Amino acid sequence: MQAFTSITSRTAVLPRTDIDTDQIIPARFLRTTSREGLGKQLFADWRYLADGKPNPEFVLNQPAAAGCSVLVGGRNFGCGSSREHAPWALLDFGIRAVVSTEFADIFRSNSLKNGLVPVIVDEATHQWLLANPGVEVTVDLATSSLKLPGGKAATFPIEPFARYCLMHGVDQLGYLLSKDAEISAYEKRRAAR
Amino acid sequence: MTAPKTLFQKVWERHEVVPETPDTPAVLFIDLHLIHEVTTPQAFSVLRERGLKVRRTDLTLGTMDHSTPTRTEQVFGGKPFTIESAAKQVKQLEVNCAEFGVELLNMASNLRGIVHVIGPELGATQPGKTIVCGDSHTSTHGAFGALAFGIGTTEVGHVLATQCLLQTRAKTLAITVNGKLRPGVTAKDLVLAIIGKIGVGGGTGHVIEFRGEAIRALSMDERMTVCNMSIEAGARAGMVAPDETTFAYLKDRPRSPKGAEWERAVAVWRTLVTDEGAVFDREVVMDAGAVEPMITWGTHPGMVAAVSGNVPASSSDPVFGKALDYMGFAAGQKLAGSPINVVFVGSCTNSRLTDLRAAASVLKGRKVAAGVQMLVVPGSQQIKKQAEAEGLDKIFRDAGAEWRESGCSMCLGMNGDTVGKGQYSVSTSNRNFEGRQGVGARTLLASPLTAAASAVRGAITDPRDLL
Repeated sequence: MQAFTSITSRTAVLPRTDIDTDQIIPARFLRTTSREGLGKQLFADWRYLADGKPNPEFVLNQPAAAGCSVLVGGRNFGCGSSREHAPWALLDFGIRAVVSTEFADIFRSNSLKNGLVPVIVDEATHQWLLANPGVEVTVDLATSSLKLPGGKAATFPIEPFARYCLMHGVDQLGYLLSKDAEISAYEKRRAAR
Repeated sequence: MTAPKTLFQKVWERHEVVPETPDTPAVLFIDLHLIHEVTTPQAFSVLRERGLKVRRTDLTLGTMDHSTPTRTEQVFGGKPFTIESAAKQVKQLEVNCAEFGVELLNMASNLRGIVHVIGPELGATQPGKTIVCGDSHTSTHGAFGALAFGIGTTEVGHVLATQCLLQTRAKTLAITVNGKLRPGVTAKDLVLAIIGKIGVGGGTGHVIEFRGEAIRALSMDERMTVCNMSIEAGARAGMVAPDETTFAYLKDRPRSPKGAEWERAVAVWRTLVTDEGAVFDREVVMDAGAVEPMITWGTHPGMVAAVSGNVPASSSDPVFGKALDYMGFAAGQKLAGSPINVVFVGSCTNSRLTDLRAAASVLKGRKVAAGVQMLVVPGSQQIKKQAEAEGLDKIFRDAGAEWRESGCSMCLGMNGDTVGKGQYSVSTSNRNFEGRQGVGARTLLASPLTAAASAVRGAITDPRDLL
């Protein structure tokens, strides 16, 4: 996993609420055995017209969105299917952080395990970000804060363990494997019950 | 005396290998890991890269369901899959399970089926277990008083390698449903009404316990339908405390405990209830008697109304207009009588034997309306066999519906069973997201009764008109 300390980027804004993972990457693109290269299918049904050409009205196809690595989405971002292909597709496209007032649990968990930072902000900050697309923001994990133009900042909640793993680019499997003795002891206790 | 506990707390605490601390999540032991072809290949790749084994092959069970064909000639007749990438994915699961020693119910197995249908059917799903799968509808298994939830592929790798997950404890939400469901109103209508009430994000961060007289009265198939859609309210899991209905369902299933083991197991299962005085973080109370047959009109499961009602005239939901545009509906329009093109009876929500019986009870002696395609896809090969023994397949075929082999099929269209652009599909599945059943498809979620009634009329129909 790529380490994440701080990212400064202009925002791309997708104001819809309840953006589900079927929109982030439709099911027909899940017939893969790899996690690579899913960025081209990100938001496929919104991003491309029926003839396969980019839909010029879709925010990520607009010149202003080029190079943006922070996506601002509506409330309840990532709801629905547990497909980890959703954060894989966002990351492959170049998104490193998503900002919303609320994330669906499984999407949030999947994101944290892949170096995609879910930034939860209050309603007022969210409304301001939705109303001001393209502003430059900094997602800073060391301070768990989203720095806004004009010196303002909003802190966001993130579990210490997940934050540590993100900042050091370590995956959580190593930590679980280090608990082998505890797991074996638990298995013994259970077998004796 | 210890403090009173919720069902969720009891199951959680029994599985803590290492408890949660302010700095670290709990290490939670997993009793049953169900795997399928779509969300596991990348996890097995990680195991291979790191030289790891599957820690507990005895607690891991594989099936193939999401991208598999449902046409008999492709399942058993040796005809190739239509979609090459699906064939490749299924083949990869065969290779992975063989290499890592995991039991797999493959295409040839008469026990194969939708992952959330076969777990309970085999008796592998049991009260008090922790059950995970790389699929959000793992919440289905909570109907047995298990703590069951969907995970991502990275976590599938964690469970394969360590039989454990890193988890922070969820909050608890009690949904108490008093009273009785009226005739023609099903568990599907109830759960759609619940989602309509609390919203698609209403359960986020919570494990729901469904309680009350109306829940107690539900069969296991019905409880599974309710718990299945907990995720559509955003909940981490849904649970129902086990009772005599649960025990009767599990008795003598192939993987249920036997003999003295059974007695011991039931004695433990009886303790899996929320103690008197235990406190939930939130509570919601509903009246089952007020629930109508329900149908979705929008692009998420919370956009739902009575079949006999109307699309809302207005909404504070910011995507209301977009949803109506996508669905081709007008604000305030009447739902019943609106024409449809496709009917799908199937999915992990409503593909069990009682669901098929319900649909057949409406279709018996009737015909699917001209121009409507109806697909009936049983949840497992065993259900298919049982349905055929009862003659349900004949009722479906005589009515003009297609009777297929088991799988996820048109719920998400990964296998090529899709709904065409702009077409209306009354579906017993769980998600009406844009494009879920096919690019541009318009999904209307409903019960098997409503689906069958709508097939007969070729239009959205309150099933009570035909009962």
